[in-house]
Amino acid sequence: MNDNAWIIAIAASIGAAIPIALAAVGAILHERSGVLNLGVEGMMLIGAMAAFLAADAWGNVWLALVCGVLAGGALGLLHGVITISLRANQIVTGLALVIFGTGLAKFLGEPVNGLKRPVKIDPLEVAGLGDLPILGPVLFAQDVLVYASIALVVAVSLYIYRSRAGLALRAVGESPAAADAQGIAVSRVRYVHVLAGGLLAGAGGAYQALARAPSWNQEYTINGLGWIALTLVVFSNWRPGRALIGAVVFGFALRSQFTFQTEGIDFPPQVWLQMAPYLLTILVLIVTSSPGARRRLGAPAALGVPYSRDER
Amino acid sequence: MTDDTTVRPDSGPGAPVLAATGVVKRFPGVVALDDVDVDLRAGEVHTLLGENGAGKSTLASVLCGAYQPEVGTVFRHGRPVELRSPRDGLAHGIAMVHQHFRLVERFTVSENVVLGDPQLGRWLARGAIDDRVASVAETFGLPVDPRARIHDLSVGQRQRVEIVKALYRGADVLLLDDPTADLTPQETEALFVTVRAMTAAGKSVVFISHKLGEVVEISDRVTVMRGGVVTGQVARVDADRHELARLMVGRDIDLDAQQFAAGSPGSPCLIAKGVTVRDGEQTALDAIDLEVRAGEIVGVAGVSGNGQRELADVLAGVLAPTSGVVEVNGQPIRSARAARAAGVAYVPEERLGTGLAPSLTIGENLLLTRRRGALVSRSAARRDAREIIARFEVKAPGPDARCRVLSGGNAQKVLVARELAGDGQAPKVVVASAPTRGLDVGAIEQVRALLDDARRNGAGVLLISEDLDEVLAMADRIVVLYRGRISLEADRASADRGAIGRAMAGIA
Ligand SMILES: Nc1ncnc2c1ncn2[C@@H]1O[C@H](COP(=O)(O)OP(=O)(O)O)[C@@H](O)[C@H]1O
Ligand SMILES: [Mg+2]
Repeated sequence: MNDNAWIIAIAASIGAAIPIALAAVGAILHERSGVLNLGVEGMMLIGAMAAFLAADAWGNVWLALVCGVLAGGALGLLHGVITISLRANQIVTGLALVIFGTGLAKFLGEPVNGLKRPVKIDPLEVAGLGDLPILGPVLFAQDVLVYASIALVVAVSLYIYRSRAGLALRAVGESPAAADAQGIAVSRVRYVHVLAGGLLAGAGGAYQALARAPSWNQEYTINGLGWIALTLVVFSNWRPGRALIGAVVFGFALRSQFTFQTEGIDFPPQVWLQMAPYLLTILVLIVTSSPGARRRLGAPAALGVPYSRDER
Repeated sequence: MTDDTTVRPDSGPGAPVLAATGVVKRFPGVVALDDVDVDLRAGEVHTLLGENGAGKSTLASVLCGAYQPEVGTVFRHGRPVELRSPRDGLAHGIAMVHQHFRLVERFTVSENVVLGDPQLGRWLARGAIDDRVASVAETFGLPVDPRARIHDLSVGQRQRVEIVKALYRGADVLLLDDPTADLTPQETEALFVTVRAMTAAGKSVVFISHKLGEVVEISDRVTVMRGGVVTGQVARVDADRHELARLMVGRDIDLDAQQFAAGSPGSPCLIAKGVTVRDGEQTALDAIDLEVRAGEIVGVAGVSGNGQRELADVLAGVLAPTSGVVEVNGQPIRSARAARAAGVAYVPEERLGTGLAPSLTIGENLLLTRRRGALVSRSAARRDAREIIARFEVKAPGPDARCRVLSGGNAQKVLVARELAGDGQAPKVVVASAPTRGLDVGAIEQVRALLDDARRNGAGVLLISEDLDEVLAMADRIVVLYRGRISLEADRASADRGAIGRAMAGIA
């Protein structure tokens, strides 16, 4: 493989990482508040489908993006009502959300299935820097959402670790009773961050539909990206920066299929790549249900536990 | 106890800074508070005294805004206030230190302290925050390291953090819920110094306890509660321990440590030989040899953390020793199942979790240790649960109440009753770890009587307790654990308090 192919592969893997990174950062905010989010895949699908339909209807890529984000947010809000206000089991709710999101996306996306994407998010050319050797395509020829996502990761990190609101967020996820006793509105904090999780998963899905997948396909547009994002949440120890790095690694793996294929090599093996989301799902479920593993990985201590002041 | 030097001239009656009238609060199946009145004056320590389940914590939670009363009014400086959350309470200068601390384990001390402070800047300036927290702590003589993480702190230190939290938020009413329950005598003394410093600074303290001795020492006034109602109120100067105990329990009790007649030991029934437990580098138990004979109580004294928990777990088959053997009546014990089969009853230190399954009902918990066929009889379990609830005055909504809703003392009653007064088969060996810790006077009496019954019925009893008086009152023989070894062994007759104390401290 020549140098050029490598550079293109790396540049492309950054793009491929963005949907995963957006969803993962959203899920980190979501789960830092102590609410488990197994529904990311569903939220991404809904976001992707809404964005595609909006693009098809109005032909404006930015409006489409907003629609995708809001659709993900709507699902997040629904998740919030069920898990925070109605205090339902968060594992079951999350899985139900995936099924619901998949079903709805299939149903609403039926008319456009197989349709070519009507508009797309185009890469920027940063004042000619895109022509620089090596660095050019990797750093300066990406689209605006790539830059925005990287800025978002930095901002979310600062928010979680350095801000007053982030302190409250972490407290709610670690010990809602302690936060409550200090006058923090536990439910409000949880709603805000569950909503943020939905919005960002929606954004990830929308980006996938508008910038990555050339056409709408029920099966393949999202195809497990949400589960990959969730795995990253767990193995990044709920830290946005690490999740971004992990997303780029995954992006590279996903892309290298194409890269190697042109060379006639099946690596990573196609079957493994196709199995990955499901294997990762099993891994995530095992980890989230084992107290020891959770503690070692640094999961928020109250993750998955509904809070009520009256209950003990 | 009514030492004149501790009576401050400024502690006389003033206007109530906080009061509540006609408070009613129910939980499913229980009336936790039934028309309760209480008031707190400036600069006083007002104790709520009562047995477990009396409603003390619930009342304090109402006073701090955590619970809303169904009926009744809370007054702050004589004006009615509606406290809808702890946030409202804090805004009115009322803070509660819960019995189970409300701390974020992974946070530093100062992060816990400033959490929720509305005056905090949008971005955290760690250095400045640490300094501010340290200075608040110093003002009241509470040594804490603002940068330490909570999970590295002892119980006493955590409690200090809780108090600093309240002081940092400028609270002038502090509600301390059973603050001495898990403290060592030294830590309790230090807490009392803090409480006095706070009242000297004009703050008022509601102090919750069920320990008569310390109540008489620290309180200006005592309100006694039982079963959700106030049964009496006395000023400290008139406090009479027997009267307080009667108000608390509802009948006369003998306060002097009960003495139990010595047993008549038979042949050894529980034998541990060379039991060693190593956890990585740590040696929790180091070649312990121990023998308990049928019909005797062997008391294990020592400061907790010297191997007691491991010893109990090994003897009950819950923990496999690194080396050494445990035998009950000649049968080797290698698992909890084997121990049960050999007739070992186990009252572990940790009541909920190891002892009782928190999310199962009382009846279901009784079923757990019972010999059972393929099918279990719920109605029988329910009947037994009802019997235990009645016999031991367990404060519970009924046999179908989940154990997690029980207060510590009530959970302990269920556990001890299951182990010792269970379904007809008398245990052959009893391993009891801190069986009366945190219990009220009445419950302690009942638990000790059950242990004594077991001994008289010919069981070999191992009583592990930090309460030296308890060990001395009950045991036929005493061993002292220090750093995983037996540092002293004595008969009841020859037991010398001074020597035991030295052995507990590792001074040979
Ligand atoms: N959150 C709760 N849910 C159900 N029952 C409760 C709850 N809190 C307290 N109770 C019940 O109310 C009664 C009073 O409890 P509590 O105020 O904790 O007593 P105390 O602090 O005096 O030991 C007890 O019977 C207890 O079981
Ligand atoms: Mg209590």
